[in-house]
Amino acid sequence: MKTSLKLMLAGTAMGLTAGSMASAETLRLLTWGSYAPDELIQKFEEEYPDIDVEVTFSNNEEMIAKLRATGGSGYDLAQPSHDRIYAAQLEYDIYKPLDLSQINTDAMSANLLDGVKANTTIDGEVYAVPHQWGTSGIMANIKEAPDASGWADLCDPAYQGKTSMRLRRTILLGTAFGMGMNPFELYADKDAYQDMLDKVTAKLIECKSNIKTYWSGGDDLSGLMLSGEVVLSETWDSTAYKLYNENPDIVFVPPETGALAWIDTFAIPKGGEADDAAYKWINFVLRPENVTIMSASTGAIAAVPNGIELLPDDKRSAVQAAFDQSDLDNLKFFANIPPGLEDMEGLALERIKAATE
Amino acid sequence: MRSDTGKLSLILLMTPFALWIVLLIILPQAGIGYVSLQEKVGPRQYEFGFKNYMDFLGEPIYWNTLLRTAWMSILVTILALLIGFPVAYYIAKIAKKQSRAGLFLLCLIPLWVSDLVRAFGWIVLLRETGIISGALQWLGIIGEPVELLYNDMTVIIGLVYTVVLFMIVPLVSTLDGMDDALLEAGYNLGGSRFTVFRRIIVPYAMPGIVSGCIITFMLTAGSYLTPILLGGKNSSWFTEQIYNQFITRYNWEAGATFGVLLLLFTSFVVWAGLRLTGQSLATTVAKE
Repeated sequence: MKTSLKLMLAGTAMGLTAGSMASAETLRLLTWGSYAPDELIQKFEEEYPDIDVEVTFSNNEEMIAKLRATGGSGYDLAQPSHDRIYAAQLEYDIYKPLDLSQINTDAMSANLLDGVKANTTIDGEVYAVPHQWGTSGIMANIKEAPDASGWADLCDPAYQGKTSMRLRRTILLGTAFGMGMNPFELYADKDAYQDMLDKVTAKLIECKSNIKTYWSGGDDLSGLMLSGEVVLSETWDSTAYKLYNENPDIVFVPPETGALAWIDTFAIPKGGEADDAAYKWINFVLRPENVTIMSASTGAIAAVPNGIELLPDDKRSAVQAAFDQSDLDNLKFFANIPPGLEDMEGLALERIKAATE
Repeated sequence: MRSDTGKLSLILLMTPFALWIVLLIILPQAGIGYVSLQEKVGPRQYEFGFKNYMDFLGEPIYWNTLLRTAWMSILVTILALLIGFPVAYYIAKIAKKQSRAGLFLLCLIPLWVSDLVRAFGWIVLLRETGIISGALQWLGIIGEPVELLYNDMTVIIGLVYTVVLFMIVPLVSTLDGMDDALLEAGYNLGGSRFTVFRRIIVPYAMPGIVSGCIITFMLTAGSYLTPILLGGKNSSWFTEQIYNQFITRYNWEAGATFGVLLLLFTSFVVWAGLRLTGQSLATTVAKE
């Protein structure tokens, strides 16, 4: 009885390994919605017929939570933002160092590559390289809100009941900039940061009566803007560009204090099982002809030297309508979040949500 | 020999159930309970202690949200009972035998659509540029668009709609078993409609009422999608805070603590409800 059971188990195990060896290698991507357009996946699978691509859509917070839950396994390539890697790696050890010799780093724009490297180097090992970048700022319907120019306008009584924001850390930082503070400079000093958070919390609670609702995702926000229920909102630039195509009155406005810039990266989870395929994907999507396909889907700008020129026509005109050179020079790149900061911000956000006007 | 077979079949029958309970209910709960007792002292360093529970008590936002969630869930349960009872009574007692199955099916149909889609249905109806606002303007009842979404009332409507079926089903099955002769006897003895309702129908239906209330209360207090999608800028829900702790604050220890507290608190509310109405779980679940 016992031996036959063992035999059966052994047989099953052999069958399983044989099965997986015979089948193609799988590349499991953990990335943002629209960061893996079908067109590109098809093209990739044609070029590398032995690799299957599986995609899971997520966001920064969920990516880290998922990888933390499994100790970094279950996915072969993840795309968190550049400021979310250092602390997550220190705390949860979920990524493995990259082998830069496998990556065509010459294709990447040098300043973004150096910025990401500086942000994600631990003990001399680099954990991420840049993929695409974009900004957060405000989006205005210029017919209704022609003068909107900064974060503080979201709380302007002139737009009573017609503004919106997402209750996440971006609005805390933006509001701080709008109030004349620089949160990135306070990152190292927790007491000063808490002091800043308290001021921002008070401001956003006071602002609550001015806003219609908090949006939670791109589709949600699109509905609010396109219906005209909201005329001014905190936004990702890519969402604004998409709406610009449907209604040219809706434009992205880089706040006068500087749009907040993020870089989404490539990082390999610790338990990744298809590193070669992951490197192939990284090099593949940064090729100029593929950059345009990717940007058409994401609305974000690739981290290659001529990223803006490689945007599809409609997106390029939206970017040019929103940014001039001085706006680009004024970008505020998100600084590395030290461990523990998100917990402080989380409490601030909950206070705002729970406050009654 | 025979008792051996009996034992074997009992074991075989019980195994899936026991596995289910142990692997999917008890183990995860024990894990959550364990995590909730971890205190974070530094990156990857934890100590054993009750700090997370103290933090919960020390921050009014948290227990206010828990009380608010419980209070709104009780309200939803009462509304679901008030709406569900007449429907269940009609299906079980008044409707003709042939149409009962059809009516029951009509109640079930909304369940074929996911929670998410039903919540979006409410959004389409209630938003400022939505169907109801538009219709009221067209009829000339209101002068300008009205926002019906993003407040507590909307959340309660959405939740009642989601859970009312779980009230109707146990009520129908209980009322179905009631002999019509009981009602006739009540009337023959001079009882008014109200007396018959109060002294005969309600006591008979009590097990159904209690189990329906427990199910709807637990579902409501633990729901996530409906309060998030329909709620406005002021409507916090406790499950949302659990999500925030786990996902946006990376604070699994506090999230686990909140999970344990939600379970304990809702269990306490159910227990208190049973005590107040003089029912016990045994008479509700295993009806004689």
